Amino acid sequence: MIRLEHVSKTYEAKVAAITDVSLHIRPGEFVFIVGASGSGKSTIIKLLLKELKPTHGRIVVDGKDLGKISHKQVPLFRRNIGVVFQDFRLLDDRNVYENVAFAMRVVEAPKKAIKTKVPMVLSLVGLAAKYRSLPKQLSGGEQQRVAIARALVNEPKILLADEPTGNLDNQNAWEIMRLLEDINKRGTTVVVVTHNMEIVRAMNKRVITIKKGVVVSDDEGDEES
Amino acid sequence: MKPRTVIYNIRQGFKNIWTNKMFSIASMATMAACIFLFGVFYSLGVNFRSMVREAETGVAVTVFFDENLPQENIDQIGQQIATRPEVDSYRFVSADEAWADFQKEYFADSPDAAEGFANDNPLANSANYEIYLKDVSQQDSLVAFLEALPGVREVHRSETTAKTLSDFNNLITFVSTIIVAILIGVSVFLISNTVTVGISVRKEEIAIMKLIGAKDNFVRAPFIVEGVMIGFIGSVIPLLIIYFLYHRLIVYVTQRFSALSSMMTFVPVSVVFKVLLPVSLVLGVGIGYVGSRLTLKRHLNV
Repeated sequence: MIRLEHVSKTYEAKVAAITDVSLHIRPGEFVFIVGASGSGKSTIIKLLLKELKPTHGRIVVDGKDLGKISHKQVPLFRRNIGVVFQDFRLLDDRNVYENVAFAMRVVEAPKKAIKTKVPMVLSLVGLAAKYRSLPKQLSGGEQQRVAIARALVNEPKILLADEPTGNLDNQNAWEIMRLLEDINKRGTTVVVVTHNMEIVRAMNKRVITIKKGVVVSDDEGDEES
Repeated sequence: MKPRTVIYNIRQGFKNIWTNKMFSIASMATMAACIFLFGVFYSLGVNFRSMVREAETGVAVTVFFDENLPQENIDQIGQQIATRPEVDSYRFVSADEAWADFQKEYFADSPDAAEGFANDNPLANSANYEIYLKDVSQQDSLVAFLEALPGVREVHRSETTAKTLSDFNNLITFVSTIIVAILIGVSVFLISNTVTVGISVRKEEIAIMKLIGAKDNFVRAPFIVEGVMIGFIGSVIPLLIIYFLYHRLIVYVTQRFSALSSMMTFVPVSVVFKVLLPVSLVLGVGIGYVGSRLTLKRHLNV
């Protein structure tokens, strides 16, 4: 599903974010990418979204070689990937329903599909009753649930979560992780970037550890094909 | 783009205008000033050109022939005049006709005084061609041609009238072009600023749109709508004002200054608007479109 082959990324100031990273994530896997701040975790997420181009190496996502897809094809490629951020990135002037529906409007989904799917996905994340609330009327955990609903509503094959529990208290962090696990059980490949080692250890999933831009351990490395 | 997406983006465009009310109003006002001045100069120009055209029909070049030039040669000169592209019309005035015209003009009050010349036409050598031009600015080239013709003794030209009319026409065109060009520049700049503010206000939304797979045109469309609508509204308002004022002005001038109105005829508002309306709308919408496209290219890396 996701393959990085000897990928390096050096920023303009000649700062190496990641160096010679190779990894393979299979369809339906739940993977943690862990490491300290500045270790290069978020750079990997940006590379997977084709927000950044690698300086060296090859990235294949969902069968597509990112080095070979044109600028015009990028939006269609991104429609197969859902993204969740630490700071939720919701539109403050729109309610819960509109925030989720926005993701479908952007991909020009039919009105009927929007009306059917948005309540469904809100129910999945446990926010069906709060569809009229504005983001600022919700707790941090609820806001993150809205962000997850938005990421899921277009039925992506992959869900990338960049520090999804970074702004949440322990209880909310656990609820979000349980939700992501549930989503993974439904068949979506989930990649979570985090530095919350307590949760990572408790979840008992594959863990890729990055240190100073280099993969230092992959606890399921032996299973790679 | 699907129809519902077009509607959605148009709504977003209007929302942008509303969100940046002050910038939008400033852009519309500048655009309105630009189109208003364009309209004023255009209306002046149309009326002036109509007056010039009227005056030009009265501006003639007169060609006199060598003494005792045979009629055959005079006819040949006439044929050569007929081939010139500058010539609108021409007529031959014989010596007798010239004398008759002279008498009408100068001896109308004392016909007895002219009797003394009954058998001796004092304008015997004044047979001529009166040539009327299509455009007074072409007078020089025609005069040069006529003076070089064999058998031509003298060419009279209406130097001052022709030059003044032509120069004034050029001046109006020049001044209006400069002013309108400056205002177009200012309008593009202001629309660009408005769109830039819109982009910065919606920065987060644009970033999210791009991450969840919005196509470039979907991201750009609301800003294009914003620019085009500013241009459209900014051109409709001055057109309405000009229509109203022009109509009022004609009525006022013709009623108040009846002497002036007998000297000049105003071009009807419907004739002026036949060109002014489409040109102004295309200009306004075009400036709005160009202004927003330039800004998107610079600030929106989609």
